Amino acid sequence: MQKNIMLFAMILLSFSAFSQEDLQEVKITKKQKGIKKSFTVTANTSVITSKELLKAACCNLAESFETNPSIDVNFSDALTGTKQIKMLGLTSPYLMITEENIPSVRGASQAYGLSFTPGTWIESVQITKGAGSVINGYESISGQINTELLKPLNDIPFFLNAYGSTDSRFELNTHFNKKISDKWATSLFVHGNARVAKNDMNKDGFLDNPLGKQINVLNRYQYYNPESGLVSFINFRYMNDKKQTGEVDFDKDRDRGTTNYWGSEINTERFDVSTKIGYVFKDMPYQSIGFQNAFNSHKQDSYYGLNQYDIKQNSFYSNLIFNSIINNTMHKFSTGLNFTYDQYQEFVNLTDVSRIDNSVGAFFEYTYDNTDNFSLILGGRVDNHNRLGVFVTPRLHMRYNPWKNGVVRFSAGRGKRSANIFAENQQLFASSRTFSILDSNGKIYGLNPEIAWNYGVSFSQKFRLFNRNADAGFDLYRTDFQNQAVVDVMQSPQQVLFYDLKGSSFANSLQVEFNYELIHNLNLRTAYKYYDIQTDYLRGTFQRPLQAKHRFLGNLEYETTMNNDKQWRFDFTYNWSGKQQLPYTASNPSADQFPDFSPAYAVMNAQVTRVFSPVFEVYVGGENIGNYRQEKAILGANDPFGPNFDASIAYAPIFGQMYYAGLRFKIK
Amino acid sequence: MNKIVLIAMMVFLGFSAQAQTKKNKNLKYTTEVNGNCEQCKKRIEKAAYGVPGVKTATWDVGSHQLSVILNEEKCSPADLNKAIAKAGHDTKEVKATTEDYDNLHSCCKYVRE
Repeated sequence: MQKNIMLFAMILLSFSAFSQEDLQEVKITKKQKGIKKSFTVTANTSVITSKELLKAACCNLAESFETNPSIDVNFSDALTGTKQIKMLGLTSPYLMITEENIPSVRGASQAYGLSFTPGTWIESVQITKGAGSVINGYESISGQINTELLKPLNDIPFFLNAYGSTDSRFELNTHFNKKISDKWATSLFVHGNARVAKNDMNKDGFLDNPLGKQINVLNRYQYYNPESGLVSFINFRYMNDKKQTGEVDFDKDRDRGTTNYWGSEINTERFDVSTKIGYVFKDMPYQSIGFQNAFNSHKQDSYYGLNQYDIKQNSFYSNLIFNSIINNTMHKFSTGLNFTYDQYQEFVNLTDVSRIDNSVGAFFEYTYDNTDNFSLILGGRVDNHNRLGVFVTPRLHMRYNPWKNGVVRFSAGRGKRSANIFAENQQLFASSRTFSILDSNGKIYGLNPEIAWNYGVSFSQKFRLFNRNADAGFDLYRTDFQNQAVVDVMQSPQQVLFYDLKGSSFANSLQVEFNYELIHNLNLRTAYKYYDIQTDYLRGTFQRPLQAKHRFLGNLEYETTMNNDKQWRFDFTYNWSGKQQLPYTASNPSADQFPDFSPAYAVMNAQVTRVFSPVFEVYVGGENIGNYRQEKAILGANDPFGPNFDASIAYAPIFGQMYYAGLRFKIK
Repeated sequence: MNKIVLIAMMVFLGFSAQAQTKKNKNLKYTTEVNGNCEQCKKRIEKAAYGVPGVKTATWDVGSHQLSVILNEEKCSPADLNKAIAKAGHDTKEVKATTEDYDNLHSCCKYVRE
């Protein structure tokens, strides 16, 4: 802490010329909603506030979407316990995931990156369905998730959160905040988590969730001077995460690299520095310049049984943006430049597949708003990438309010990306599958870039029902792949094939939502989702494996009225998932087969929070309280080095019911 | 970092120097406009944007204040007041004609001073 203050003082001195005037801070507090949906924003965006994040056990960003209809939380694999997310039926590589508008989960961090942002650090999350904006890049295909972290100037001096659960996971979050001057503030966030005991509830000899340790430290500085119009953020972050999974009897010092017991370790170390500086022109509040720079180094050393996978990514990202108007604020534009550099040092079973990617791009985005019932965002960008070539990315969003409290939206856009096939599919290393790349003419592991178009329409209407607030709506999206790096587990249970799409691949999704305030302070949220995601594989056309065609989400929240600063909050979530296509295993001996489709199942979570005062609150909850478990979690578990071993097929929870308790302590 | 601040400051100085010799391109102008509701807000702001040179316009339902930034080379506050009055809303400077006032939607018929 003292070091930080020293460092900070030094930075402060260099800025002191600008920090002489006073600033008047205005704080607005009102009753917050968990998920906010605007009827006047152009894109189909919902905002998850920090209040919503308190509803679940929610230890990190990956786990914070369980009560959200736009995002499906899946189970990544029987081993690592990391939760993967999907939007419009597509996995996170097809999403643009940013932290304060700087791309964060990409490349090497794709598989586990979401679990590296602790939940308590988050101020809000904005989820945009569909093509998204061109400002941050060309990679997003089915949506964007942007996380805003707590801002030092608005933060409280001290926050403590402790958490423990019956699956023996413990977490400790401490936040310190200091206002150094009226224009400078700093926050220090320290997060630690650990899972210390081995759990094997299904008695297959394998851990149900990994042993782990994580330390994660963020130190950030914020400068704000309303007189000069200057805003700045500087962040430093260090993360070290260690996981061990596999057989219960596996001893990493004794058994690594042998066939005594099957085991796996995934060790990640990451370092981030990012800076942001913004300037709002004097007398022109509608005109501004922003400049962002981020450097990060991400290193993962891992092995899955005898498969070894090491990846290190050094990245630099830079974004210069200028915002202004044409004639008046009904016509706004943003324009600027991006630069990205990624150096990958990647070794798959000691085979060197390292590469360097770089790109420069320019974007222009025009926004029209008639200040009444119609708005439009038309964006385009041109990029020059050493592997993807020179290409154009157009995107369009429109919003129209045909009548009061109703909104119609339309979006269309193109996305293009290089698939990091090993990093994105590394759960498949936890199997006896051989990895084969069938194409060799492309520039990314022999494959061509993925290109997709996404189109969507949505409608939403607020109304009064029996004198209480209600809203209902639907959205319909289609993603059409022109090319895809197909991950084929439909051919053989002993193989995974990667090849350029031959034929067609698309993802259709429909979501119908209904939300209602049943009685005062008791809110119901329901959503039904239909997915039709088909890809032409070598063996024929199949639904995307491990994707349910039908899903249903129900959430009930109740809170008592604040009484002497005391409050009860109750929350219940019901998640139903229909049958899912499973990878092809019919050629295995019958004991090591899965049926073509998984059974349908439901998971229920509940939580109770007691607020004792603005300073102190306690929560207890349960996850999967119906105790649903995938019957057979691992194929060939009795012979993990045999040909039929596969721990990558997880369609349901492995662990069963889990209960947790935690406390939050704040000094304001 | 510091360089950027410097550049930003220089750009800013350049702008302010220009602003002193010519008519103000970014004149902040606030006036009181009579009205009632959200519908009035839309009408008032639409009328303001209809004046060439008005860059941004916001009318606050509670305080009745209309805040505008306009380019004096293209229009004057008087032009703005006239345009608002033409839409049926009395401003501090210019009153709407009875005819224009009567054209307002019934819920927008504010109490005239």
